[in-house]
Amino acid sequence: MNPATTATASPRRRGIPARRLLDAISGPHGLDRYLEQISPTFVIGECRAEVTAARQGSEDSVTLALRPNRAWQGHRAGQFIQVAVEIDGVRHNRCYSPASPEGRGRELEITVKRHPGGLVSNFLADHAQPGLVLGLSRADGDFHLPDPRPDSILLIGGGSGITPLMAILRTLCSEGYPGPIALIQYAPDPERAIYREELDRLAAENPNFKLSRSYTRAPGAGELDGHFSPAHLPQADPCFTTAETFACGPPALLDAVRGTWANGLEQQLHVESFLPPSLLPVGEPGTGSIRFAGSDLEVENSGASILEQAERAGVPAQSGCRMGICHTCTCRKLSGTVKNLLTDEVSAAPDEEIQLCISAPLSDLVIDL
Amino acid sequence: MSNTTESQIPLTPAQIESFGEELDAIRRRVLADRGEHDANYIRKVIRAQRGLEVAGRGLLWAGVFPPAWIAGTTALSLSKILDNMEIGHNVMHGQYDWMNDPALSGKQFEWDNACPADQWRHSHNYMHHTHTNIVGKDRDIGYGVLRMSEDQRWRPYYLGNPVYATLLALFFQYGVALHDLEVERLTSGEAKLADKRKLLSGIWKKVRRQTLKDYVIFPALSGPFFLFPLAGNATANLVRNIWSFTIIFCGHFPEGTHEFTEEETENESRGQWYYRQLLGSANLSGSRAFHILAGNLSFQIEHHLFPDLPANRYAEISTEVREICERYGIPYNVGPLGKQFGSVVKKICRLALPGRKDGVASQPPASVTTADGEEQAVPLAV
Repeated sequence: MNPATTATASPRRRGIPARRLLDAISGPHGLDRYLEQISPTFVIGECRAEVTAARQGSEDSVTLALRPNRAWQGHRAGQFIQVAVEIDGVRHNRCYSPASPEGRGRELEITVKRHPGGLVSNFLADHAQPGLVLGLSRADGDFHLPDPRPDSILLIGGGSGITPLMAILRTLCSEGYPGPIALIQYAPDPERAIYREELDRLAAENPNFKLSRSYTRAPGAGELDGHFSPAHLPQADPCFTTAETFACGPPALLDAVRGTWANGLEQQLHVESFLPPSLLPVGEPGTGSIRFAGSDLEVENSGASILEQAERAGVPAQSGCRMGICHTCTCRKLSGTVKNLLTDEVSAAPDEEIQLCISAPLSDLVIDL
Repeated sequence: MSNTTESQIPLTPAQIESFGEELDAIRRRVLADRGEHDANYIRKVIRAQRGLEVAGRGLLWAGVFPPAWIAGTTALSLSKILDNMEIGHNVMHGQYDWMNDPALSGKQFEWDNACPADQWRHSHNYMHHTHTNIVGKDRDIGYGVLRMSEDQRWRPYYLGNPVYATLLALFFQYGVALHDLEVERLTSGEAKLADKRKLLSGIWKKVRRQTLKDYVIFPALSGPFFLFPLAGNATANLVRNIWSFTIIFCGHFPEGTHEFTEEETENESRGQWYYRQLLGSANLSGSRAFHILAGNLSFQIEHHLFPDLPANRYAEISTEVREICERYGIPYNVGPLGKQFGSVVKKICRLALPGRKDGVASQPPASVTTADGEEQAVPLAV
């Protein structure tokens, strides 16, 4: 059975007769809508995972061990997945990078760092426990360990940005990678350094792995001091000028790293950044732009309802009552912040359904239309 | 006779707007309060439906034994009723879109009914709910085959009103499936069949899938005893048809509900829109189980005021709506199923015959709109 095809199975799909028969008798809801009644992870067309263990990884993070169902296709070290979590009846999607080594194994690990005011990160840190079921997307992203492996590797991580680097490091260590690996970890203090003990252990076990840390609020506690600076590099990694470099962390760190790798070294640098929605910028009505992803069209935001703006741009939007009751114009917002014109409610959640006729943009928007 | 003449409520435009604001306040409060409780509710109903369906199909497979046939047919009938009413109708209204769960997305949901879900969303969510009880616009008034309002001009064809109504009840899912096709506009020459190709092909595909499942595959699985599941499935579809017809017709056609003309609903404000929804709808009283099987359409008034609020909230809202109506002197039409359906049957028979309008049409909103000159559209009004 191939989960990739069952995920997109249509009723007319040609397949083995038994499968077509099951599709016909389980219609119109589909087989998974019955199977999930037996157990939420007992579905074949959707990847879902059960939390098998939750442990506090550092003072402000929790590390979750997940067991995905058979629909899981595996990930490459460094890639991210979207994790769906239901909180008070509402499904929220957030990106996390698995920290487990790459492959199709049925064991997956993510580490969630608390963001002040962050709905999902705090929920998971406080309430995730064995048995909780999460939805998973397929792994995605170009930020991953290349094939064939480069000759030497430098990893730079800040905060929860350590997680994809952990996947890379664990993969390299488990496959006996012979080249030099250097890791610079930035954290406020040792208590908040994610994966601190495991990194120490890996450094002790693998002579080709050099670990350096800088504790920005605890000077003197690590091998380096302060925020990222080019001066850290020669000390942390003797081959930094030639190493394939992977950096993940907050925007300020990545900006500094990009600046340093600007002079002809860009080819060697790979960066990845995620921002929780609570930290996304919220603008004024009438600023930014709207991108209609399906029509490949971008317009300046006029401040009117998204439906009006779509129609003016010639995007084929369905509509009905135009007063927020019939849901004909409901559409998926891929990213951006919108305001509900009826309730004044502001929402920045990625990948959620909104009613175009009563929603106005408050930031750059991407709409699946 | 209709009590419409007594209910020409002398509400000033200011009163209508404050009435609308009170209803908006209820809506805002429930929107803010939606959460796990509502999610658990709909999932519990879905679990019950899936369980009843699997049990029903399983028992009918062994339907050669009479107790299994009776239990199986009962379970499958209940399953289809839950699927169409409390789950399908309500989910497709977008009542659970806020959960952001693809399986409960109003735009993607498909139901166990001959009518394709996307056509239903157009004819019901948009046409019927926006233009409720406006003769000439709301095609739920008689489904294009019945005379349900004095405002529909009588023709000899309508002598068959009770017969057509009976047939519609028995084959209701197919009536609903053909709804968006606007058959009466085809026969009158207003619309051409060629323009309806896409709708027809959608209906054909859905009807074929449903027929294959209920009348070919499941019976075939019972081998030589195929007649038992076949009869059980047909009975379950019939029970669901009659039940949903009864509930739906009790929503807008008992004595005391109003119809409106296109002119009197032009430039409606939000308050006036609420007012029309209220006068055009009627509730059914009953037990909690009755309301669930009715898909909470027994709270038709609350459903029409707030079509996209989770239906499990209508019961609690109804006491407030009723209190507001009493304060404004607006009639709140509610009665037990027997009484309401009796009056619908009477209306179907009465309107089979030509009748003068006796001034029983629908003046109330008109008297409101024209009571004071300065009335104009509120943002987001139709």
